[in-house]
Amino acid sequence: MSRLRDQLASGQFVVTAEIAPPKGVGVKNIFETVSRMEGITAINVTDNQGANMRMSPVAVAALLVREGFEPVLQITCRDRNRMALQSELLGAAQFGIENLLLLSGDHPCFGDHPDTRPVFDLDSIHLLQVVDNLTKGRDMAGKPLSGDPPFFFPGAAAVPEAEPFDLMFQKFRKKVNSGTRFFQTQAVFNLEKLENFMAAARPLGVPVVAGVLLLKSARMCHFLNRNIPGVNVPPHLIERLEKASDPIEEGVAIARETVHVVRDLCSGVHLMTLGQEKRIPDILEKNRIEC
Amino acid sequence: MIISKQKPREELLEQLEGVDRLFLIGCSACATECKSGGEEEVFQMEEWLTSLGKEVTGSIVIDSPCNINRAARDLRSQRQQVDEADAIMVLACGAGVHSIAIKSSKRVIGALDSLFLGNIRRIGKFEEKCSLCGTCILNETGGICPATLCPKGLLNGPCGGMEEGKCETDRDLDCAWHLIYEALKQQGRKNVFTRIVPPKDWQKKKHPDRLETGRSSK
Repeated sequence: MSRLRDQLASGQFVVTAEIAPPKGVGVKNIFETVSRMEGITAINVTDNQGANMRMSPVAVAALLVREGFEPVLQITCRDRNRMALQSELLGAAQFGIENLLLLSGDHPCFGDHPDTRPVFDLDSIHLLQVVDNLTKGRDMAGKPLSGDPPFFFPGAAAVPEAEPFDLMFQKFRKKVNSGTRFFQTQAVFNLEKLENFMAAARPLGVPVVAGVLLLKSARMCHFLNRNIPGVNVPPHLIERLEKASDPIEEGVAIARETVHVVRDLCSGVHLMTLGQEKRIPDILEKNRIEC
Repeated sequence: MIISKQKPREELLEQLEGVDRLFLIGCSACATECKSGGEEEVFQMEEWLTSLGKEVTGSIVIDSPCNINRAARDLRSQRQQVDEADAIMVLACGAGVHSIAIKSSKRVIGALDSLFLGNIRRIGKFEEKCSLCGTCILNETGGICPATLCPKGLLNGPCGGMEEGKCETDRDLDCAWHLIYEALKQQGRKNVFTRIVPPKDWQKKKHPDRLETGRSSK
């Protein structure tokens, strides 16, 4: 059963991290990375992240379950029509995968197969409804599923810093109304905006896990701002990294400060450490504060 | 209006190998307006083909070639010149090319790529605002089509990539859902934002599509 669900239900601050499947066959690196992650409730497995073709996340998530880890399976609508989506979800359930992050998905123009046909047969709202129906024993055509209905703990993405706020929030509300049980956000940098967002989101009663991205250099920030949708590093943070004698240490400090605020506002933190998994305890201040 | 563009000359050259005599057909409707296959363009094509050493046996601009019967009638009216040609080059959208292809035994060379149903911003500037989805929700979105203007075609937008009202795929492109939001807000209406738009029924947008309304307008 989902440890993520249980910890969120009990009010315990959760920590999630993420890994990307390989572009190829061979998961040794993934398991090396995952074994370095301390104190993590669940690990997101990304789905052709940034529209770059990778091994199926269902395969990687299934391997994680087999090795005793708890994945959050990310599934996007970019590459699969409604039949393939339902089919993958049933397969995932068979492997004991329960936590899901249901996304529309980055547009193919960002990735290494820009000439592919963008599918987007469903959007994230539809996908949430589909999961809701599957857990109740029905597919999209209304046909009953054989055997016991799958158990899923469905999550969706939120973008606390998006403007205009009302436009972003009506989508957030639609996700809540479609059965989202938890949210993970894009990387947050503006803590005032996070506070505003949480003030509006909290009454809707669905736990929010805030994304925290470890910034490693000013150059990385510029790359992210230019190329990664939904990630917006503000100038004052880029300046701190530019001026720092040890940019990675500064990045860890920034992440640590952000987690500190997130602990007061949100139900958990989603850490994106991009190869620096060994710094996770430092970012979480595990040695200093009891969490 | 159907927006079309002439194929690159290199691509046409490949098609022209072994073809010495051509009959040219243009279109007086869409292709004239977007300057891809009107009288002027047919004349320019004739000049180019002649410069390659080809012979143009004749030409006609049809009003308009997508009308299968009119295309057939106009082909018949030019029968002799068409017969003299090795191939017919058609400067019209794919619908026009199809009409000529099925009403003539000659090889047909399409000279254009058909691009999209376009609004006209001004002469020579065309923008796609409707993608002929067949299940129109413009009445709920202030006349702004999310299926067309959102690169993901989201029916419940925006996505997480919207930044300051712009699209993740192109920061110069307005997010369709931001446009819809502003349009409806200005009129004090919520419309599409009051419901979850269900997934599209793709049975309503099958290819090839057809419609029969009968002969009279009643």
